[in-house]
Amino acid sequence: MKEASLRTPLGHVRGLGSARSGTRHFWHQRLTSIALIPLSIFFVVLVVSLIGRNHAAAVQILGSAWIAILMLLFILTITYHMQIGMQEIIEDYAHGELSKFVLLIANAFFCIAIGLAAAFAILKISFGV
Amino acid sequence: MAETRARPLSPHLQIYRPMLTMLMSIAHRATGAALYFGTLLIAWWLAAAASGPNHYAAVQWFMATLIGRLILFGYTWALIHHMLGGVRHLIWDTGRGLGPGEREWLARATLFGSITLTIVLWIAGLLIVGGGGTR
Repeated sequence: MKEASLRTPLGHVRGLGSARSGTRHFWHQRLTSIALIPLSIFFVVLVVSLIGRNHAAAVQILGSAWIAILMLLFILTITYHMQIGMQEIIEDYAHGELSKFVLLIANAFFCIAIGLAAAFAILKISFGV
Repeated sequence: MAETRARPLSPHLQIYRPMLTMLMSIAHRATGAALYFGTLLIAWWLAAAASGPNHYAAVQWFMATLIGRLILFGYTWALIHHMLGGVRHLIWDTGRGLGPGEREWLARATLFGSITLTIVLWIAGLLIVGGGGTR
């Protein structure tokens, strides 16, 4: 800063970390990772149990309320978890301000699109339309 | 700031001797990134199930091809490895398991566990396919 300023050097940089935020992502990543231990096991067991089944049988299983609720929890948790994770990767490796912003925006769009598409599909199967 | 010039950077990967703990750290990030794009498969699979028998059959056909199987096998390992790696990180978050012997043991356990569990899951899956066929 060439111009005179009354703000201290610390005041200039406070809140300007690579993520523009504090420890919220760190905490949310732990929160989602704890939730994903049982949810991932559920997901793997579900997929294995669906091996070889035809569409009618798969839809019947996926559409039952408890399975659908757990799948929604799984999908929403992984998409949030992966947005934070990929943001961390981008912040580590994208050094230009412009490329970083473009990638962060693409990351958010991708995760929201995947989350919404999967959630919509689960709800559609479950509501049986 | 008086002037802008290239700042000194801390040494990067190529300067360190490869170690198992370091490889597990890289593997954790790599599997995370792979799982990120693997969610396309989950979304495709669910959307196909919601769209009808023909779309679902297309997914099942692709998953049964060699490439599909390889992707699924890689996805299974990545998911299990990332989960076990995540558990390792959660243990570290409590301040435990950071000693030289402990972190080496944890790294070996993560790798051994992920490979073993993946193979066990696939044997179970292939037995279901071989035994049950289309139900």
